Amino acid sequence: MNLSAKDLHQLPVLYRSAVSSLSVARAISLDKNLLDYLEGLVSRAYLLVYSNKRPPKEVIAEFLASRFPITVFFYWKFVAFASGLLTLGFLCGFVLTLNDPERYVSFVPSEVAQGHSPASSTESLKRQLYSENEPADGLTLFASFLFTHNAKIGILCFSLGFAAGLPVVVLLFYNGLILGAMTALYYSRGLGAEFLAWVMGHGVTELAALFFCGAAGLVLGNALMFPGQYTRSTSLALHGRKVVPMVIGAVLMFFVAAVFEGYFRQLVNVVAIRWLVAGGTLFFWVWYFAWVGRKHTSDAGSNLTS
Amino acid sequence: MRAQTLLAEPGTYRICTPEGVNLSFQVATVGDRASAFLLDLAIIVLTTLAIGLLAILSGGETGIAFTLVASFLLFNFYFSFFELRWSGMTYGKRQLGLRVIARDGGSLSADMILARNLMRDLEFYLPLTALAAPETLIPQGRGWGVLVGLGWIFVFALMPFFGKYRLRCGDLIAGTMVVREPKTLLLSDLTLERPIGQEEDQTESQEFVFSTQQLNLYGIYELQILEDLFRRHGEGQASKELLNTVCEKIKKKIEWPRSKWNVDTLRFLRSFYKAQRAHLEKKLLFGERKEQKSSKQSP
Repeated sequence: MNLSAKDLHQLPVLYRSAVSSLSVARAISLDKNLLDYLEGLVSRAYLLVYSNKRPPKEVIAEFLASRFPITVFFYWKFVAFASGLLTLGFLCGFVLTLNDPERYVSFVPSEVAQGHSPASSTESLKRQLYSENEPADGLTLFASFLFTHNAKIGILCFSLGFAAGLPVVVLLFYNGLILGAMTALYYSRGLGAEFLAWVMGHGVTELAALFFCGAAGLVLGNALMFPGQYTRSTSLALHGRKVVPMVIGAVLMFFVAAVFEGYFRQLVNVVAIRWLVAGGTLFFWVWYFAWVGRKHTSDAGSNLTS
Repeated sequence: MRAQTLLAEPGTYRICTPEGVNLSFQVATVGDRASAFLLDLAIIVLTTLAIGLLAILSGGETGIAFTLVASFLLFNFYFSFFELRWSGMTYGKRQLGLRVIARDGGSLSADMILARNLMRDLEFYLPLTALAAPETLIPQGRGWGVLVGLGWIFVFALMPFFGKYRLRCGDLIAGTMVVREPKTLLLSDLTLERPIGQEEDQTESQEFVFSTQQLNLYGIYELQILEDLFRRHGEGQASKELLNTVCEKIKKKIEWPRSKWNVDTLRFLRSFYKAQRAHLEKKLLFGERKEQKSSKQSP
């Protein structure tokens, strides 16, 4: 497997000559064994010559500096659609729960509600938004649970896109519904702004990552349902690999969000700072995707628009 | 005429390299791929268990936190990591001699590898959850609704059974496929070979003389079948009776004179192979390629 530098240097040359030998043999020889041997030889060399190996550092740097924002920028319509779906779910959940608080129970699954319901007192709801200082050990466990849980949902959201994108629509809408119902509960007790500050510190990043995963799923569904000028399999293969940086980026964003949620939210109890962080992250992501993404897209003439 | 030979045989996939040469790869079977996957899965599960055990022994919540993240990374990125490192192979694929290639004949990019492995969620972990605990996926539903939902999930898992290239969902969205690692084995040329223990036999070539008419009957396909037969006979996989049958058929087909009917099978076939190959290769040089006996002669 490991070739020395000298061997590696010779590989392309030898590969070329093997390829031309194969072409010549195919034209003049009928010895099947010889033809098979040459073809096997060329195939093995081909796999080596055209393997795509680059230093990891370079790949990661390029990914963060351009590929991730370019991909998001390229598929912005899908991202907008995904966020629209979640917003729609949010509005439905908000209005419905405001009209009939009992609906909270049917919208919000028990593990998200953490024992809170319309029957809870305002005091206990408020207490949830401001935590006492906890040992850092517990926070790390909390953060890593959040990261793995959310990233798993994100990846599932992407892969469900293969099922014609339909489950992704449901998933996005339903998550919006939960968030809307929770906001309505806190809003009805006059805690609306404080609740949003509590959620959005990490929520901006987390929701954006969820939008990206959902959008990636929708891209797959779209490629499958409406392949346009391509065959379905070509269209899927084309968009599937193109959209992947968005999912990988989203997984990284889930990690960032989990750090914010696990540590920052639990340690900082000042509403103003929470708002500041929410605004700051929002500004950063908009700058990163709109500005960096657009800049590199126009720079490169976009290798994505093929 | 040439295009006909470039058609892929069943069970193989033909790609065109950037040099414009066609190469065919053998499509990996579902069984091989399943075995490779199980091997890899065993590694993932055992590693996760080992990390978890260490975490429990060392105590403290940081250890458990580490286990959580490690198992997430292992389950979701083990395949991507090794396929990136070993250009399209994991430990299991290596053991089974399998490799991922790009279906368009280009190089296997990191995006393709990541795309095909992110889909494992849908193809394996989701159906597994559906088997173990269907109520977590479809919490409140009627019996038939649950059944339809679960059936739908299993379609994704069973994807490789449909379609001739054995693509799973991940291969579909990444534009990849899994093939057998090509083997290379060069045997000696039959026309140079002599029966063991025999000096070069000058008489052999003079013993049997074939006319152009007789050599025009068969094509490349039959020639290579004959070559295959020789090699199998050499390995002891083809019986002498089979050779005799073939010899009789050839003699009938080319209307071998009855007066010389009784011949030594091996010697006859060998010289027929030599003459036939020389004849067809000569025609090949003049740009005439006769694929098989039914192929029409060009004027």
